[in-house]
Amino acid sequence: MTATQDVIVPRFDDEEETGRTLAIICSKGNLDMAYPGLILANAALGEGVTVHLFFTFWGFDMIIKSRMNDLKFSPSGNTAMHMPMGDVRIPQALAPLPGMQPMATHMLKKQIADLGVPEVPDFLEHIVASGGKLWACKMSADMNHVTMDDLYDGVEAIINASDFIELTAGAQLLFI
Amino acid sequence: MPVTTIDGHEIHVDDEGFMTVYDEWDETLAASLASAIGIEMSDDAWGPIRFMRADFTSEGHTPTLRRVATVGGFDTKGLFALFPKKPAKKMAYIAGLPKPAGCV
Repeated sequence: MTATQDVIVPRFDDEEETGRTLAIICSKGNLDMAYPGLILANAALGEGVTVHLFFTFWGFDMIIKSRMNDLKFSPSGNTAMHMPMGDVRIPQALAPLPGMQPMATHMLKKQIADLGVPEVPDFLEHIVASGGKLWACKMSADMNHVTMDDLYDGVEAIINASDFIELTAGAQLLFI
Repeated sequence: MPVTTIDGHEIHVDDEGFMTVYDEWDETLAASLASAIGIEMSDDAWGPIRFMRADFTSEGHTPTLRRVATVGGFDTKGLFALFPKKPAKKMAYIAGLPKPAGCV
């Protein structure tokens, strides 16, 4: 009898129906700001959490088919932008110069790829395959003059803010 | 390091129960580990487990769910169906490996 009491098995909390839901509002369209929401969504899905992502304002670029492959990163206004090695900051006066944005974007994409992290469209595909739900903001769709045909295939629907609030009742919420 | 007995197999584990000695694992034990967390090993379930064991030996760490899907070639939806809710951790447990450390 004592032997069975000593059995150590991980608790995966399967028996607990917590109903935990995470709502993530993605409002930024810069390459660097696309990733936090995707990484957290992916982590939550892997922990059995229900996840809804709502794309709004600049975050709409993450789900517009013609733009989602080509998000940019700018060092302008980002004082935490360093040279590839060490702690040397890129002076803000240089940040807006021609060529800086493509270079910074290229560098960031390479760093992300080196970690085995997918580009935005592949990441969205993985999130959808893991059970995550993608929602597009109606006001942003109207502002950008886009319809479902222009949006990434994995998007569930274009919904308004009230719909999203209703959909995510009781959820934990992240605004990015 | 705790030692525990699963279905007659004596194994070294961490505080949570994940195996810590790679060579103490075999497929008979894997079936017992799966059963201990409520999973019955079907034919489809062995593919990703074997991939994870092989990938661990070549890479030195446990693959993430995405790596199992993209490099191993297993369908993500299918992995969630086979190992519900927490596929990466459950597969790591059954494969006798540490929990994946990577974020994606």
